[in-house]
Amino acid sequence: MLLLRILSRLLSIAVTLFGVALVVFVVIRLIPGNPIAMMLPPGATDDDIARLTALYGFDKSIPEQFVIWLGGVLQGDFGTSISLRQDVLGLVLGRLPGTLELAGLALFFAVLIGVALAIFGTIRRGKKTETGIDIWNGLTLSTPDFLWGLALILLFGVVLQWFGISGRVSPQLDLPFVTQFYLLESLARFRLDLTADLLAHMWMPALALALPLSAMIAQVLKVSLKEVMTLDYTLLARTKGYTERQVIFREALRNAALPTLALTGVQLTHLIGGTVIVERLFSYGGLGSMAIDAVINRDLPLIQGIVLTFAVIFVAINLIVDLLYTVLNPRLRHG
Amino acid sequence: MSFLTIQDLDVRLRGSGQRLLRGVSLEVAQGQVHGLVGESGAGKSMIGKAILDVLPRSVEIAGGRITLGETDLTALPAKARRHELGQRTALIPQDPLTALNPARRIGGQITDRLTRVLGWGAARADARAVELLDEVQISDPARVMKSYPHELSGGMRQRVLIAAAFAAEPELIIADEPTTALDVTVQKQILKMIAAMQAAHNTTMLFVTHDLGVVARVCQRVSVLFAGHVVEDADIHTLLSVPGHPYSQALLSATPRYDDPRASLRPVPQSVIDATRAEAEAHDV
Ligand SMILES: Nc1ncnc2c1ncn2[C@@H]1O[C@H](COP(=O)(O)OP(=O)(O)OP(=O)(O)O)[C@@H](O)[C@H]1O
Ligand SMILES: [Mg+2]
Repeated sequence: MLLLRILSRLLSIAVTLFGVALVVFVVIRLIPGNPIAMMLPPGATDDDIARLTALYGFDKSIPEQFVIWLGGVLQGDFGTSISLRQDVLGLVLGRLPGTLELAGLALFFAVLIGVALAIFGTIRRGKKTETGIDIWNGLTLSTPDFLWGLALILLFGVVLQWFGISGRVSPQLDLPFVTQFYLLESLARFRLDLTADLLAHMWMPALALALPLSAMIAQVLKVSLKEVMTLDYTLLARTKGYTERQVIFREALRNAALPTLALTGVQLTHLIGGTVIVERLFSYGGLGSMAIDAVINRDLPLIQGIVLTFAVIFVAINLIVDLLYTVLNPRLRHG
Repeated sequence: MSFLTIQDLDVRLRGSGQRLLRGVSLEVAQGQVHGLVGESGAGKSMIGKAILDVLPRSVEIAGGRITLGETDLTALPAKARRHELGQRTALIPQDPLTALNPARRIGGQITDRLTRVLGWGAARADARAVELLDEVQISDPARVMKSYPHELSGGMRQRVLIAAAFAAEPELIIADEPTTALDVTVQKQILKMIAAMQAAHNTTMLFVTHDLGVVARVCQRVSVLFAGHVVEDADIHTLLSVPGHPYSQALLSATPRYDDPRASLRPVPQSVIDATRAEAEAHDV
């Protein structure tokens, strides 16, 4: 039974990824603008354009191009970037860790802030503190991530000038890293000086991405918590001599977490989508800012590679959320 | 000498000030089982919750005193009261389906109070839990302790909750309609078990029910409650043979008799209800 479930899951993943690949492939070819013409210097002849177009295979029909591209992808060949003239897979893998670390930090902030506000609001439910938290959440929720980014840049970068507002790490530093996961590697190598420098660059874009999600987590979790806090088993826990905080942490949180977990899964894909603009805003070298360049340059192979990578991330997030769901809810483990 | 004493307990709805308990007083001697009967909404559970300090947030204690042994509970600061109650009292809840945390294994839910409040080690607490599960006649306690609530039947869960209530040898147990949610066939077993455990542990007990038949089996004294007001407080024999208040009489006639199941039942007459309500409300000044 389990095997069947895994197989059907894998099949649905394959179908999803294929669908995304197909739609993106076709759509970016229907948008006007010749990528080859854009990369050539102004004096290029029609002949030059035709020769290069054939070289990249853009003279063939779209279905033909798709089959060729898909064949390559299945063998791990994602083609060559037109604007950067490098292997797409290498480019994407080089930028992906930066984005994953940024999104990971943002998720960490969002959960930390969201859960803390939800718990605090639940303990003080019905009091002024809860109203204050509701107002703050409303404000955070209705302000998009890039506006938070601008606000943070203005406050800490321009007015107070406490932090640099651009890049992933200070350029003058000597980096000993062998992978692109700078933050993780700095921790693994115990180079906390580098960790500090990385965090000084990352915290603002991460916080900008995190705030809207943190408000969503706070509101949904608070509603669930308040409901669970009226149930019989939390009442029984109180009769055991638990304080409100103990009741929340030992009895309520796990059961209240399920709706929030589902929401966080869905919203995390939004957060990762948000990296595209926020990375550009902070000149952070990740996949998102590369995506913008790729679109501006009509770099079709690169766009395809990036979009497919995002799709794989989204599918992976869904898978992880489902797994966590089963872990948190023992009733799902059987049957 | 009474062990649990409630004096003039006044509980009101926050905001509107509507009265839910109107000067309730009762005394329970150590080791006694005291029944609380009355129709739905009379305030039986409210009394239990007030004692255990788990009243809903929408209501508040507006007056009165609750004393447990030498301790005036109402005079304690909130945190100390919770802690004191956690060590000395326990609740057997009404609905075994909702009173266990669905995400936690049974074992932990029995030993919580031992490990978290009394500071026992895990091994000692587990051994005690096995002992208790034996006592409530659950076979294979080790397996049950590793189970999740949804893997057990309603009767099994209620046994687990009874075991958990007795775990820390509380001085007072409040049983709030502990058999109402169960199958009729299981009800009697559970009732017998609670009575036997109460006797074996010599625990003082407040037994909430709307069923006079149940009261007759387990209680020594009874308070009859109507609209948050105690209309009669009597020992069980007096109440069943010569009830003093018209409402108690009417309630008795409305209860099926075990010795004569076909005896005709008369619902409580409206005139009695009205008169009793007037009496209860005369308390509000
Ligand atoms: N959470 C609450 N908020 C406000 N009022 C409540 C709340 N719970 C109960 N009440 C009211 O308090 C009164 C007493 O309720 P209580 O639960 O003590 O009744 P009961 O005698 O236990 O009845 P039952 O046999 O149905 O359990 C009822 O009028 C009820 O409407
Ligand atoms: Mg009740």
